[in-house]
Amino acid sequence: MIDFLQNIFEYKFLINALWAALFASITCGLIGTYIVANRIVFLSGGITHSSFGGIGIAYFLGWNPILGAALFSILAALGIEYFTEKGKVRNDSVIGIWWSLGMAIGIIFIYLTPGYAPNLMTYLFGSILTVSDTNLFYMAIFSLVVVLFFIIFFKNILFISFDEKYAKAQGLPVTLIKNLVLVLVALTIVLNIKVVGIILLISLLTVPQSIANFFTQTFKNIILLSMLIGFIGIIAGLIISYTLNIPSGASIIFSLIVLFGISKLFLIIANRYKISKIQQNNRK
Amino acid sequence: MEKKSLVKLESVNAGYGEEPALIDVDFEIYKQDFIGIIGPNGGGKTTLLKVILGILKPYSGKVKYNLSRKIKSIGYLPQFNQVDEQFPITVLDVVLSGLMLKNRIITRYTKSDKKKAESMLERMGILDLKNKTIGELSGGQMQRVFLSRAIVSKPEMLILDEPNTYVDNKFEGELYEILRELNDEMAILLVTHDLGTITSYVKTIACVNRELHYHRSNVITEKQLSAYNCPIQLITHGEVPHTVLKKHNKE
Repeated sequence: MIDFLQNIFEYKFLINALWAALFASITCGLIGTYIVANRIVFLSGGITHSSFGGIGIAYFLGWNPILGAALFSILAALGIEYFTEKGKVRNDSVIGIWWSLGMAIGIIFIYLTPGYAPNLMTYLFGSILTVSDTNLFYMAIFSLVVVLFFIIFFKNILFISFDEKYAKAQGLPVTLIKNLVLVLVALTIVLNIKVVGIILLISLLTVPQSIANFFTQTFKNIILLSMLIGFIGIIAGLIISYTLNIPSGASIIFSLIVLFGISKLFLIIANRYKISKIQQNNRK
Repeated sequence: MEKKSLVKLESVNAGYGEEPALIDVDFEIYKQDFIGIIGPNGGGKTTLLKVILGILKPYSGKVKYNLSRKIKSIGYLPQFNQVDEQFPITVLDVVLSGLMLKNRIITRYTKSDKKKAESMLERMGILDLKNKTIGELSGGQMQRVFLSRAIVSKPEMLILDEPNTYVDNKFEGELYEILRELNDEMAILLVTHDLGTITSYVKTIACVNRELHYHRSNVITEKQLSAYNCPIQLITHGEVPHTVLKKHNKE
């Protein structure tokens, strides 16, 4: 812990990691709240995993893997919606298909790429300590875009999420806004792959929100609180990872879930205390 | 009194898959109308609502609106199971969403919007719940919230989809009294498969069973019913409103 604090201003990668933590908590706080409120966690898992297909293709073609992942996950996000509506296939089945299709394509193309793929594990499990300046730049720009989008369209996003049919009946551009948010979901996922990796990303989009939901019940407050909780979780995980020399992605998720446990415990104890107070008052 | 037509459906065919749920429907709704729409489950009642609301595009036929405001001003109370009770949204925000069409996409709510929403909640007797999230409400309270949302913009037409799914017997009677009052200001379309309690409130009755059977009257004779092949209760309005229960065989 002291090591970490001493080194933080000495090593550039630690400063980069702090910035990445900030942008990750902003984007995941907003998008994660949308995902949780709309109950599309499974859809988001599908988009996350299918992005691996894009990474594989990008490796094969010699592109930037993040670009490949972005294109592929946007395609998956809109594709899942499209096939559900037009193809009349059940939504969760379509998600399952895209989920595994992306992983399969990724594995095939990485296998076909000559030479060794050294960074593969980074994409699967994340590595917040190796976030590059370029990566950080994209994250910063994108965070700004997501924040602005949510500020401008907040009412629409809220009401379309809450009651899509009613919004449609009022003549709001429901499909357009839903698809735009889905694109943002896909991009949030891709830009945060570096932080915790494909396999662990879903908890960055759900655990802070679940904790926030213990303490507050409105859409806006859950967004704000889960940003804060996400940031605390990532920093805590970073410190643990640095001190114990264990993989950062896993320790971030682990510390978030410990936070979840502590919060739940706190609530239970607070409730007991309240009840016993009421009982005491009744006895008087 | 000359009647103003609000919505007119002309030979509408509509549905979801291959099978149309509605066949060749002609239907006109006038100002001051209070129409009860009845019919069996799966008969196309909800499909008809969706067409009128503009959520579902018909396969063929025309839907003409003659509403005085440019944007469709139709209030809508959804079925209970359409909403996610755990969704993190406050009562006030739900009611405010009824004013969304007015200021469209970007603008924020004005102070007068908030006042309108609050006075609507006061009229429904639930102003003290305004900062609660909807998950904390009872069925009857939730129904009042959604009714507030539906009428806060003072629409020219109000559509209620199975209001009895909210299961609150205490509020049900109150609801119909409110509707009767509202009927002075707007046309009302009420979908239900249980007309038992509302026979004395609706002015006319339409029956949907893939086809629409509607004659602008509040009396349905047994003869008409059997001709229309509509498996429902027989309803008459006499000096005292009463219901004659008579079920005939489905085909």
